[in-house]
Amino acid sequence: MAISLKDVEYLSHLARLELTPEELQRFAPQLEEILAYVEKLKTAPTEGVAATTHVLNLANVFREDKVQPSLPTEQVLANTSSREGLFFKVPKVIDSS
Amino acid sequence: MTVSEIHALYQSGKTSPSEIIEQAIRRIESLDPKIHAFAWFDPQWVRQQVKVLEARGGGRGPLWGIPVVVKDNICVQGAPATCASKILSGFDPPYNATVIEKLRAAGAILMGMANMDEFAFGSSCEHSCYGPTRNPWDLGRVPGGSSGGSAASTAASFTPLALGSDTGGSIRQPASFCGVVGMKPTYGRVSRYGLIAFASSLDQIGPFSSTVADSALLLGAIAGFDPRDSTSGNVPVPDYLQEIKQGAKGLRIGVPKECFGKGIDPEVNEALQQALEQCKKLGITVKEVSLPRTEYAIPTYYVVATAEASSNLARFDGVQYGYRSASGQTILDMYAKTRGEGFGPEAKRRIILGTFVLSSGYYDAYYGHALKVRTLIKEDFDRVFREVDCVVTPTSPTPAFKLGEKLADPLTMYLSDIFTISVNMAGLPGVSIPCGFTKAGLPIGMQWIGRPFEEGVLFRGCHAYERAAGWHTKRPPLS
Repeated sequence: MAISLKDVEYLSHLARLELTPEELQRFAPQLEEILAYVEKLKTAPTEGVAATTHVLNLANVFREDKVQPSLPTEQVLANTSSREGLFFKVPKVIDSS
Repeated sequence: MTVSEIHALYQSGKTSPSEIIEQAIRRIESLDPKIHAFAWFDPQWVRQQVKVLEARGGGRGPLWGIPVVVKDNICVQGAPATCASKILSGFDPPYNATVIEKLRAAGAILMGMANMDEFAFGSSCEHSCYGPTRNPWDLGRVPGGSSGGSAASTAASFTPLALGSDTGGSIRQPASFCGVVGMKPTYGRVSRYGLIAFASSLDQIGPFSSTVADSALLLGAIAGFDPRDSTSGNVPVPDYLQEIKQGAKGLRIGVPKECFGKGIDPEVNEALQQALEQCKKLGITVKEVSLPRTEYAIPTYYVVATAEASSNLARFDGVQYGYRSASGQTILDMYAKTRGEGFGPEAKRRIILGTFVLSSGYYDAYYGHALKVRTLIKEDFDRVFREVDCVVTPTSPTPAFKLGEKLADPLTMYLSDIFTISVNMAGLPGVSIPCGFTKAGLPIGMQWIGRPFEEGVLFRGCHAYERAAGWHTKRPPLS
């Protein structure tokens, strides 16, 4: 299928991933080529075939509902570039202006 | 040196871990500037571990005093883990991966973090924010990827052992390009706790080594059920070194006819045929089998793996760890800019592709459909494993290619994984071992694939072949 610049732009919005104009230009034909290759899958006989999401056939895996030690708060916050007190600090979520 | 050679030296009192580690440090310091296997290396951090080990006393674990390098996507406390990506720059893991706890308990010395393709996206180790790793056999060629640093470190004898991860061939293909042994265990054999996720239904951690016995030893040390990884298999871990002793006689190998079509380098084909002849002399039966759905493996993979990757990589948003863009005014703006500035080109390409196949209107046609084809690929193997114990293929259709050769054309790069990818799709164990060299002196690898949790069977066959063929004694001429 044809992939336009607009399609890639929309995907970059969905993925919260800003792309430069050059990247948009480059990715559109590359995605088109990769998807053309993927088209081959449509010829696979999948009628009545179940999907494999997981190879081990595990059902729900339960563990005992027991309190385990968790990471100390300071350690959890140690890797952020912006914090305030015991919170991760982020830019404005709701624009109230 | 192999692990057993180092242990023999320790036992005889001829040398100590600190001497072996100092030798390794000197070798890395003098040769790694050319090869660039390491993403992070700090001799003082290594020496500190040796001090702790030598002071610890008590029993000696199976990897006591053995240097191991770890791929840069596995969490080690006290060392950075960045997946060779700017977006994780400065990330200092708050806990150890389960495999790291096991290595430490076994007495291993961690030498540092190995270079890789960013987030394990790639087959050449060129997509790294630290720059490419080079193949120790030919510095103008790639070591393969994504675990290129782990493979190169093993081939260059920086470390006898390394850990990598394999989602579509990322252990086996670089092992093949670098002339070493690389094993991708059964999905669920080794805990993924502390492995930074790429595609959660395909990822496995596994060993690199220069011999099959060392691979068996390292797998034995890291394998097993882990309550912290709900996808790890609750299956007992056998003593692989004991299993090797059973030998290869009577094993049945299947060779898929689909693996010998066009696109195979004639030297790779020739080496494999000779290896199969040698296997017959060892009492192994060789017969032709068919995996008719092989042609679907790569397209299925690039739908399933990118879908899972786009979802897993959503967590890198600049909030909790890693790089954050300074210019985002609102939170959405900050996310998009952080990710736009932090991810490299291949990561971006895969996130966009994964987002596409999961997006409304395309989900069923691409992702849903690919999951069904995945079932067909798995059924091919189920059927073949009723007749044979192992399936043998080339690991890669070609020997190591030149740096830059495939960078501009992502699809051609993807095709180099044709023989390894279906193994991850089916969750099976697979190992690449050297089976010869090209006239130009580049290593060629062959891949052995087994039934789920039958890594020991693969080790039996591979060990017998390795001893008979002797390729493992060849090392690259480095100075």
